[in-house]
Amino acid sequence: MLDVKKIRADFPILSRKVNGQDLVYFDNAATSQTPKQVIDVIVDYYSRLNANIHRGVHKLSQEATDAYEQARKTIQKHFNAAHAHEIIFTSGTTEGINLVASGYATLLKKGDELIVSALEHHSNIVPWQMLCEKTGATLKVIPMTPEGILEMDVYENLLGPQTKLVFVNHVSNALGTVNPIEQIISMAHDYGARVLIDGAQACPHIKPDVQKLGVDFYVTSAHKLCGPTGVGMLYGKEEALNELPPYQGGGEMIATVSFEKTTYADLPHKFEAGTPNIAGGIAFGAALDYMNGIGFDSIAQYESELLEYATNKLKQIDGLKIFGEATEKTAVLSFNVAGLHPYDIGSILDQMGIAVRTGHHCAQPIMDYYKIPGTVRASFSFYNTFEEIDRLVEGVHKAVSMLQ
Amino acid sequence: MSSIESVQQEIIEEFALFEDWMQRYEHMIDLGKSLPLIAEEYKTEDNIIKGCQSKVWIHAELKEKSLYFTADSDAIITKGIIAILIRVFSNQPPQAIIEANTDFIDQIGLKEHLSPTRANGLVAMIKQIKMYAVAYQTQLN
Repeated sequence: MLDVKKIRADFPILSRKVNGQDLVYFDNAATSQTPKQVIDVIVDYYSRLNANIHRGVHKLSQEATDAYEQARKTIQKHFNAAHAHEIIFTSGTTEGINLVASGYATLLKKGDELIVSALEHHSNIVPWQMLCEKTGATLKVIPMTPEGILEMDVYENLLGPQTKLVFVNHVSNALGTVNPIEQIISMAHDYGARVLIDGAQACPHIKPDVQKLGVDFYVTSAHKLCGPTGVGMLYGKEEALNELPPYQGGGEMIATVSFEKTTYADLPHKFEAGTPNIAGGIAFGAALDYMNGIGFDSIAQYESELLEYATNKLKQIDGLKIFGEATEKTAVLSFNVAGLHPYDIGSILDQMGIAVRTGHHCAQPIMDYYKIPGTVRASFSFYNTFEEIDRLVEGVHKAVSMLQ
Repeated sequence: MSSIESVQQEIIEEFALFEDWMQRYEHMIDLGKSLPLIAEEYKTEDNIIKGCQSKVWIHAELKEKSLYFTADSDAIITKGIIAILIRVFSNQPPQAIIEANTDFIDQIGLKEHLSPTRANGLVAMIKQIKMYAVAYQTQLN
């Protein structure tokens, strides 16, 4: 059982007022809030350790390097990667996907096929479309059911020896569906295709084991799981990463440089050109420590109780429809009220100090599927409370009465 | 015809009467319902103003050297915002529209709608209205 009151005291922002009222923060799927344990690490880094890493002989540089590499090991352990060098620091999920997509530009040819799901965020669609334009490969789509569940029998038929890559999110950002990635990965591997999983929405709720999953690439962002923005990670199986050429050229990623011939550094540095987000990387490690301190089992249990409570309460509102009704879903509630625009509901909730997201959630294909302009999305975290959900329900009631 | 400044002043005084956000929003919702609606023929994909979470269409017509606007949106609060803009800018000479400032939006407590994060396109709407004014002013010259 979580001590939510004690947890909330870790998050300074949760005690602020918005429009004169206590903040209710239900936009966790966009970014999570930061506990003081992580903020302190960032302050400590700039107060005590700040130096460029990896090349310095001086003490500060060594200490900063140790802290950064320790964070890589924390991430490795969290995701159960076989080697620390399989963890590549990135600026976030989007960069991780672009890094892999850019590498495949040299590996694909006309006639090759890539498979994406209908549930993706634009960041797991557009880089691959750009890759297809460059290489002549074709993009195939796994469709979804009205409940927001992927049609696995269609996926099976799409797979073949021409399939080179499959990329699916672990959890849908717009609907919260948890996809059967274990099955998706093993089916792709039967045809020798590599699989990239976008874990941005899963990692705040689920602790993935990349070795057990057998996944080739797994990407995520720190800011969705109590870490800072601007940092994330790409896990890649050693052999899968070694197939890819470097992403960006620069310092740090080289072994030797001359004007005749440059040789590249080994993993992970081959993919980490330039000075990285050092404080961010260290804080990413601290964020994982913080969440593991609470425990992902307790987090999942509590969030599912929040979701069930909110679902039951909201469903009682006349004309309210929930989008995404998979049995396996994270604490995300996407909904609309008949005849009302999500933007209007979101604006009124904001006036009441309640932060939700409205719009297409960077997943326009899903909105097109339902023929709606967007939804109101309330996404919950382990620091949210049942009382806050009551305020959301009350807020939606008020919005409905004002707008109808 | 009242000048743009005097209409803005009128709106500021009107909004000053409200005691809280709810009254302000209820008024905007009412204004939204009174919006002079755009003719269906102008409600095309091309005419949608970009940068809005809700769809917004604005059409301008020149009559007797003054511009008249009609508009629509699929969101009611957005409609209220356009209704306020149209009240300020409709039945005005293009040159006056080009030169007008829009500080009154701050003063009626709708400042948050100017923020780009709101993505309601208030800024884009004002830009579109001014673009129409520039285009018609060129015709008049």
